[in-house]
Amino acid sequence: KGESLQQQEASLESASRLQIQRSSKTSKTGNHIAIILRTNCVVFICLFILIMQTQAGKGLPTAEEAYNFFTFNFEPEPQDESEKISRKRQKKKKAAEEDRDEEGGEGVEEQEDSEEAPLVRDEEEDLFVIEQSSQDFLEVKKAEYIGYRKRVQQESELLFTPSFRTVPTSIKLPENMKPRYLEDEGLYVGERPPISLTNENILENRILKMEEKWFGDDGRIMALPDPIKESSTRPPLFHMEEDLDAALQTVYRKSKYANLYIAGAADPEGDYQLDVDVSGLIFSHHPLFSREHVLGARLAQLYDQHLTRQHNNLTGHLTDKLNGLRSALRNMLDIHSGQSLTQAITMSSIFVCFSPECRRNTRQLRDSEQEKDRTLLKNIVKVWKEIKALRDFQKFTNTPYKLYLRRENVDRSSDEREYEDEILAEVVELEAESEEDYQRKFAEYKKQLEEWKLWRRKQKTKKKKRKKKKKGQAQDDTEEEDEDQEGKPPEKPDFDSIEQQVREKASRIRRKPGEAILIPELSASGNITASELCPRAEIARREDVSRRSLFIKILYNDKEVSRTDSRSLNTDFRVHFGQIFNLKIVNCPQSINLQVFEEIGSSCSLLAQVFVPVPEPSVVMGNIPLEEFEFSSNQRVMFDHEGVGSDVPLSFEADGSNKQTLLTSGKLSCCVSWGIGEDDVPLAPPVSQQPVGIHSGLGRLDAVTYIGASGLYDMKKIGEWATQSRLDPNDPKNASIMQLLKVASSGEVTAPEYFRLEQLQEEFNFVTDEELERSKRFRLLRLRNQEVAEFRNYKGVPALEREVTDKVFQDYEKRLKEGEIIDTKEHLDSHRALVAKYLQKIRESVINRFILAKHHYLLSDLVVEEEIPSIGGAGSGILGINLFKLAEPKRPLKPQRKERKKVTAQNLSDGDIKLLINIIRAFEVPVRRPQTNKPGQSSQSAIQGSDWLLGQVQVRPFVEVSFQRTVLQTTTADGPNPCWNEELQLPFSAPNGDYSAASLQSVKDEVFINIFDEVVYETGVVRKSVHTRVEKHWLGSVKIPFSTIYSQSRIDGTFKVNTPAVLLGYSKELSHGTNGGYDTLRSLSEGVFITLFITIDPQLVPGESIREKVNHFDSQEDEHLLQASERFERDAAQAYPDRPCITTIIDLNGKTVFITRYIRPLNPPQELLDAFPNNPQETTALVARFVSLIPSLPDRVSFSGACDLWSTCDQFLTLLAGDEEEHAVLLCNYFLSMGKKAWLIIGTAIPEGPTAYVLTCEQNHNYLIWNPSSGQCYGQHETFCPLQTVGSLVNADNVWFNIQEYTSPMTMSFDVTKTNLWKPFFSRTFSHPGLSSVQPDELVYRRTDKAAAAELQDRIEKILKEKIMEWRPRHPTRWNRYCTTTLKQFLPKLELSGGRDMAEGHRHELQSLLGDNRISGFPLHMPFSEIRPIIEAVYSTGVHHVQASNVEFALAVYVHPYPNNVLSVWVYLASLVRT
Amino acid sequence: MTEAVMATNSPSVFLLTVNGQIEGANFPEYDNLYCKYCFVYGHDWAPTSGLEEGITQITCKGSHSSHKLIWNFPLETTFKSTNPSGWPQLVVSVYGPDVFGNDVVRGYGATHIPFTPGQHTRTIPMFVPEPTWRLQKFTSWLLGRRPEYTDPKVVAQGEGREVTRVRSQGFVTVSFNIMTKDMKKLGYDTGPSSPANTQSATSGWSTEEQPYKI
Repeated sequence: KGESLQQQEASLESASRLQIQRSSKTSKTGNHIAIILRTNCVVFICLFILIMQTQAGKGLPTAEEAYNFFTFNFEPEPQDESEKISRKRQKKKKAAEEDRDEEGGEGVEEQEDSEEAPLVRDEEEDLFVIEQSSQDFLEVKKAEYIGYRKRVQQESELLFTPSFRTVPTSIKLPENMKPRYLEDEGLYVGERPPISLTNENILENRILKMEEKWFGDDGRIMALPDPIKESSTRPPLFHMEEDLDAALQTVYRKSKYANLYIAGAADPEGDYQLDVDVSGLIFSHHPLFSREHVLGARLAQLYDQHLTRQHNNLTGHLTDKLNGLRSALRNMLDIHSGQSLTQAITMSSIFVCFSPECRRNTRQLRDSEQEKDRTLLKNIVKVWKEIKALRDFQKFTNTPYKLYLRRENVDRSSDEREYEDEILAEVVELEAESEEDYQRKFAEYKKQLEEWKLWRRKQKTKKKKRKKKKKGQAQDDTEEEDEDQEGKPPEKPDFDSIEQQVREKASRIRRKPGEAILIPELSASGNITASELCPRAEIARREDVSRRSLFIKILYNDKEVSRTDSRSLNTDFRVHFGQIFNLKIVNCPQSINLQVFEEIGSSCSLLAQVFVPVPEPSVVMGNIPLEEFEFSSNQRVMFDHEGVGSDVPLSFEADGSNKQTLLTSGKLSCCVSWGIGEDDVPLAPPVSQQPVGIHSGLGRLDAVTYIGASGLYDMKKIGEWATQSRLDPNDPKNASIMQLLKVASSGEVTAPEYFRLEQLQEEFNFVTDEELERSKRFRLLRLRNQEVAEFRNYKGVPALEREVTDKVFQDYEKRLKEGEIIDTKEHLDSHRALVAKYLQKIRESVINRFILAKHHYLLSDLVVEEEIPSIGGAGSGILGINLFKLAEPKRPLKPQRKERKKVTAQNLSDGDIKLLINIIRAFEVPVRRPQTNKPGQSSQSAIQGSDWLLGQVQVRPFVEVSFQRTVLQTTTADGPNPCWNEELQLPFSAPNGDYSAASLQSVKDEVFINIFDEVVYETGVVRKSVHTRVEKHWLGSVKIPFSTIYSQSRIDGTFKVNTPAVLLGYSKELSHGTNGGYDTLRSLSEGVFITLFITIDPQLVPGESIREKVNHFDSQEDEHLLQASERFERDAAQAYPDRPCITTIIDLNGKTVFITRYIRPLNPPQELLDAFPNNPQETTALVARFVSLIPSLPDRVSFSGACDLWSTCDQFLTLLAGDEEEHAVLLCNYFLSMGKKAWLIIGTAIPEGPTAYVLTCEQNHNYLIWNPSSGQCYGQHETFCPLQTVGSLVNADNVWFNIQEYTSPMTMSFDVTKTNLWKPFFSRTFSHPGLSSVQPDELVYRRTDKAAAAELQDRIEKILKEKIMEWRPRHPTRWNRYCTTTLKQFLPKLELSGGRDMAEGHRHELQSLLGDNRISGFPLHMPFSEIRPIIEAVYSTGVHHVQASNVEFALAVYVHPYPNNVLSVWVYLASLVRT
Repeated sequence: MTEAVMATNSPSVFLLTVNGQIEGANFPEYDNLYCKYCFVYGHDWAPTSGLEEGITQITCKGSHSSHKLIWNFPLETTFKSTNPSGWPQLVVSVYGPDVFGNDVVRGYGATHIPFTPGQHTRTIPMFVPEPTWRLQKFTSWLLGRRPEYTDPKVVAQGEGREVTRVRSQGFVTVSFNIMTKDMKKLGYDTGPSSPANTQSATSGWSTEEQPYKI
């Protein structure tokens, strides 16, 4: 019936055209499923659905089929699976057949089944019986739904959800037990593997539920220590793929000691010979031993023991000694008769050795020896008896042992007497001893008693006193106590019992008096029962024995060198080899190993191995006896014959008790010695070479042993430390230290008094330190390594000492010396020399700091990567923009300027870097003044005049650019507003070829951009050709330091050209000059302008400021303030990256200081205030001029770009050199003290880049912007104001950051009270903490030194004259004295007027004075710092280039002293050509 | 002639000739790679002949079983020096297109030129710097601008490397044939320790012992 499912299924399958094979397989699985189904009807349905799906393509089963499928009931059918399967297969086929009949069948398997068709038909009727009966068992019922709550309830009975909560320790431990922490008790507890607390809690809860014992004493789950190693021990894999070519495949080679060869073994003569003599071996136990053998072996062992004991005869010795002692004592007593023994002993210390103590010890020793002798004898007899019993029992003998007990009769009477004497003597001695003992104890007791009595008396007196107070109370108690403490006298020794004891002992350990002395003798002369007479098991054993043979392998340094012949095992289990092996050795002996092998037939097995020590070199052949080495093996062997086996429990008792386990063991007798050569020389290697192959000296030296003292470390101290720090001895980490301590404490260690850190240092000092110091080459290398400026890039240090010349160090040593001596010639002024020295020192310290910081890398120094895309914030959408870029056209119609790729400076060389200067145009160039006021003018004036009339050639300007003495010029243009639009390329070479960023930043060179007027003079007409001479007249210049270009990377803009105050022969074009006069200050900014674009090609990466790198300069500022300022700056940089914002700066000491501390009203020199008492505007201008006269020195030049240091005003005035910031701070402070409202502007300007200006608020809310370096001021709405960007404003109280839309001063508001335009640093939330100023209270000025100024003036004049003559080597240089003196008179006036354009009168004066000379010239003005810039400035004007033969020169110098040694230098240059 | 003899008797520089080739690379994940190489050496070293840096052709993986990229790009450079400090290192960097066709770096690696004369093969493990942020990793992948070293020579220096994080990435195999001259005379012994090896090396590769033999 049960197979109906099969039938059903098969019918479905036949419809689905499955092949027979496959269908049979599925039917089999179907069968399994069917069995499961009986219990679970849900799966049943699933199966049905599955089947439905399989035949989905072929049409669904009919309703009837489906019904049948569900309604069958199955009976359990557990038995006989295999049979059923075969039956089912048949049935299925039959069913298939059946279906085909029913449905008209489209079966593919028709042909295959055709033979079997009749079979199926036979059973046709049965199939339908099931179908009909199925309905009777049917019950239709709807699916049961169990409510959620109910299900939860049901499940809760079955399921357990462990809680997350921590289990209290008390639950985890057995009741009434406190947790015990092994760690606290000092025991080692390994580190537990890390588990999250939750998991541990869950686990604990679960375990608690299971009620299993898994908790340790400390209430935690028991856990083994963390087994994970911290570092991987596996070597890195280089080849991940297996397809390596054969050459790269790793080959395994066993490692070996390279230096094991005995030194000197290389020559074949020095051979060493080791003789190994293998004599034979005896088994003390062998698996093939029969029981009798076991006993025999034991008997033999005992007998051996007996023999050795007898040979040593300890008992005899001790007895003699005892007797000797006794007689000695007796003698002593005789001598000191009448005195007690103890007194005698105490009298003479010599007799100490005969003291009763000694005697007693000897006696005890003798007694124990005697006892041993006696038990040994007893044992021998016992074993022999056992053997005899065994032989009787098994009725054959296996061993030839025979024990004879030889009886030696003694004279009974004398023996008895001796015995009695002995006992008596002993008794007497014991008595004496116990008596003595008693005496001593008694004395002690007496003493105690005395003490007690004394104490008691005291107590009693006390008690009496007490009794008076409270009578009768507690009296009894105290009495009792007293009695308790009294103690008892020792007992008298009982002499009777002593004798009793002695006699007992004697009878136990000694032979009875008169008893014969028994001497055992073991012989192996007995007969062994022939095999034929033995039982089968014994015969088998003997056969087994005879089959076995043994041989010994000799292994030298773990290599087999030889082996003995194979010898068969004798019945007595002894093997004799008697072979001597001569080993010629090359390697140092490490080990000699003899391996015992047992051979059974062809197979052999290792039985045991014996390690033989390597002999001393003195041990040679023939002088040593054979030694016996014991060996044993723990192999387990069992036999089914008489052999007892090995490692098998064995009992000789009838009841099987007293089992013993015997292991295969035995003795191997052999000896190892060195051979002897022909001339009796032992063939042993020398001693020294034996332990260590001294092939590679240092390699094997251990630091500790090398020092000689094994106690290099202070062992005691280590020990103390170990005990103090309570090192856990069980911690595996401490194993080595514990080992060391153990060794140290066991052996005698004398620790040295010193401790060496570098034990082997001396070994590596191949020359002394002094020698190393003297070596020039090492010095060179060292200096280069220290990055000393002169040697930083030194290439090719010579290989040999002698090739290093002293010349190399000359510059360096000179510089070192110069540090002390000041070159006054260069500085012309002792004060400035001192300042220069001071600056140099600061520079050095800063540079050192910088060098340190340079080795501190940031990620951005090493790795270039895309900026972090920030989605939020002000710079939003960078990511979006980048994504957008992907879709950008490759060649946009409106190209934009792209960032050039920056080049790191290190891989550059001379000629790689070019300075690109694009000169675009100039405005308002001065024009030539028509010289028409004189009648007899030359022809050229006529030309000029005509030009002038035409309004054409007013001026023919061109631009000349000079940089690093390279001079390039543009073409000549016409008119006062020329347009050149030309690009000039100037090569750049770095000092010393060092193109590192630090070096580039410190380049002091400046780019001079000079505007010249090209003037053509006709010198005459020769042969119809007109000869002309071209002269250039300097009109003005712009100076841009290279460092600015480098740090800005490009300079783009219109600059005001420095024009001389007076330009002889030229005048300003008046066309659009002062037409309005709306502002007096407007005229100040009038001048020549030039538009330039300057950059470096390729673009160099400017060295980043040290601020970023060393972001933790020390500071005395409050931490909160620093954090706030950092945040403020960061926010500012994020929101407006192009607006500079400074809140903290670094002072000269390298400390971070908050910026507002620099602003404080400071008094300007009184002289300046007094100069124009009635004109505050003039005074202001004068103060600004004073500040601008302090020479400017960019920090990045002086400190090689390391950082921007701010000096305070007094420092600034002392140093007389500083950056724009210092100028600005000083000017701002002056203005504040003059009662103006002033701020510091932190912004960017051209050409300086990031800089500081000063803002003042004048009346009627006019703001003025002051350039502190030039002393110029600009109105807020001025067009050519160099200040481009205003980033932040600073005054003494606050810092404001510009958050307006625009940054240009023209378009912004300076009203800092508006917080929507200016973001203040200190606000209500973070108020000003009252920072004190770092500036001094008052500035003290030195008086002007007019004499010094006059002296300087003369010197400058002299030097300049020399220079000009030097620059004109081919032409004579004549000086027009008259002109010079005239010019000299003008200069003080120019100074007085503050450099502003002098009246026309000046020019007229000159003209009239010089008459018919054509004069061109100009005054130069500059602050004084050094002589070099003055020379450069003069050179750049090119006055000396005039080549006319009749030229004369005029040069006047004026130095105007201001307070505090601020000097203003004027140089008036003119060239005169007589016409 | 005499001058030459003089020079050999008391040399002031030693020479190191590097012949060899960048054989190929093993980058399981990438294809169409090319390799740049350059030498990095100390102050006292100067190349006297040969190319100091170069760039190989682009190579694709063969269809055969071994997925190796073969360049077989010859290296031939001679250095002179007075000081073994700053011994030249070969810096190789491998580049190739990513999925979008952008040229990105696939690995940096460096190895010292072998000291001993003779033939050597070096397998240089390669690595690339990792982006600092995960988001950056994504964008760099998207935009094809992976983090790169500012200068490939960074991998030859030890200073400042602690600030970077790198991922290992394949191997480059380079073979060298090294010859030295006058090193021993200047007191630098780089030869193999056992005399037998030196013998064979001398006959095969080194000019070191020649003057003494004659």
